[in-house]
Amino acid sequence: MLELVTTRDNPMIDPAMHVWGWEIPVYLFLGGWVAGSMVLAGWFMRRRREPGARCVCDALPWIGLVLISLGMGALFLDLEHKLYVWRMYLTLQPSSPMSWGGWILILVYPVLALGALRSLPSDWLTRWPAIARIAASLREPAATRALSNASMLTGIALGIYTGILLSSLGARPLWASAALGPLFLVSGLSTGAAFAHVIARDPGEQAALLRADNAFLAVELVLIGLFLVGLTTASAVHANAAALLLGGPYTAVFWVFVVGLGIVLPLAIQTLMASHRIPHTLVAPALVMLGGLALRFVIVSAGQYSQWISP
Amino acid sequence: MARFGMVIDTRQCVGCMDCVVACKTENDVPDGFCRDWINQRLEGTMPNLRLTITSERCNHCDRPPCVSCCPTGASHVHEFGKVVLVDHDKCIGCKACLASCPYGARFIHPDGYADKCTFCIHRVEKGELPACVAVCPTHAMHFGDLDDPGSELNRLLASRRHFALKPDAGTQPRIFYLE
Repeated sequence: MLELVTTRDNPMIDPAMHVWGWEIPVYLFLGGWVAGSMVLAGWFMRRRREPGARCVCDALPWIGLVLISLGMGALFLDLEHKLYVWRMYLTLQPSSPMSWGGWILILVYPVLALGALRSLPSDWLTRWPAIARIAASLREPAATRALSNASMLTGIALGIYTGILLSSLGARPLWASAALGPLFLVSGLSTGAAFAHVIARDPGEQAALLRADNAFLAVELVLIGLFLVGLTTASAVHANAAALLLGGPYTAVFWVFVVGLGIVLPLAIQTLMASHRIPHTLVAPALVMLGGLALRFVIVSAGQYSQWISP
Repeated sequence: MARFGMVIDTRQCVGCMDCVVACKTENDVPDGFCRDWINQRLEGTMPNLRLTITSERCNHCDRPPCVSCCPTGASHVHEFGKVVLVDHDKCIGCKACLASCPYGARFIHPDGYADKCTFCIHRVEKGELPACVAVCPTHAMHFGDLDDPGSELNRLLASRRHFALKPDAGTQPRIFYLE
């Protein structure tokens, strides 16, 4: 028999840790989506195309600006000492991924803004010739290459950091996995590709995004497998944390919403779409995006629930 | 340079909660929150039962994960006694430190910043004992410098079997319990 009686009953800590509500999963989802969009925008930016032809890379930076602002809004709502948020930007703490993240977010804005500016047609800017000149210069091959590289690198940094942010908090055994960074990045790429596939107008881009999304979903499945294998074969503490998803209270929501409806089903539908056996449908991309959101909710919630079991 | 820690005798602790009340009074801890608490752990099978009472708080770890994860440097190791403290004016209330602590020793103060035990550093700087140690009616709690080989703490640790909480979490806690 083991019975523990405690006099502690601190809010957010007892009976189980629940410091982060909906705001952090929503931010991680939007951040991942923006990260994926930036990588894809960078990729498509460097493809040659006819002058005036539509490219998904023109729309993604605009959408990215909106999404990252919504995400940072959610992040701000989560802070308990909101008026002191500027303190993030008076320091860089090398050991804190959250500190890196704050600075990465500062880099994201100008890269997205330049991408957005680049996409503006010159005839829209006749009243602002200076801005038109900047937009035109950003479309020069050298500037396009530089912006494409910056967009992809910043996107990868943003996507990976959202996972490392959690895995650096070693007191929560479910998060103690190096697979979380790549998993969140690939999930962000898959979310970004699903959305870009919906808004793309060029058939060649649509097909490429569909194939890319299928590849991302397949890699995501492998990474989820590695994540679980890594935890279950580690210490008892980590195996217990993995058990939250393997028979424990988060099992149904994880396997049904994240893996089943969020990855396997859309992968199956999109594989049929890619081979032209069924017409294009919005159902699969919508499922991919909901799966990405569910992944963040499950990992953040179950991770907080996991703890060191020794006395 | 001192490295403050505590040694608590579980044979002498009766779980009276004087330490909890003293801390709340001394540090003006708001209603509904506590910086220290009492755990009672009952193990075994009838009739062979073993009750261990532990007075718990922030362990002021030598490898404090709450300090390394803090994005603003608000959580820091104070020069005096290597005590882990929070600078309220730097804390943004992100709660990473709450999530990183395996002991659940931190909470968000109603004013918005992360809060926890300070080892009553304001008293220790004046040469006094932390409030919880000072009021303990059974003298179960001992406070001092772990780096001083001649300290009462090291004498007790050398003479009795002892344990720390969640040592496998790797934080190297500085509160030890005598068995």
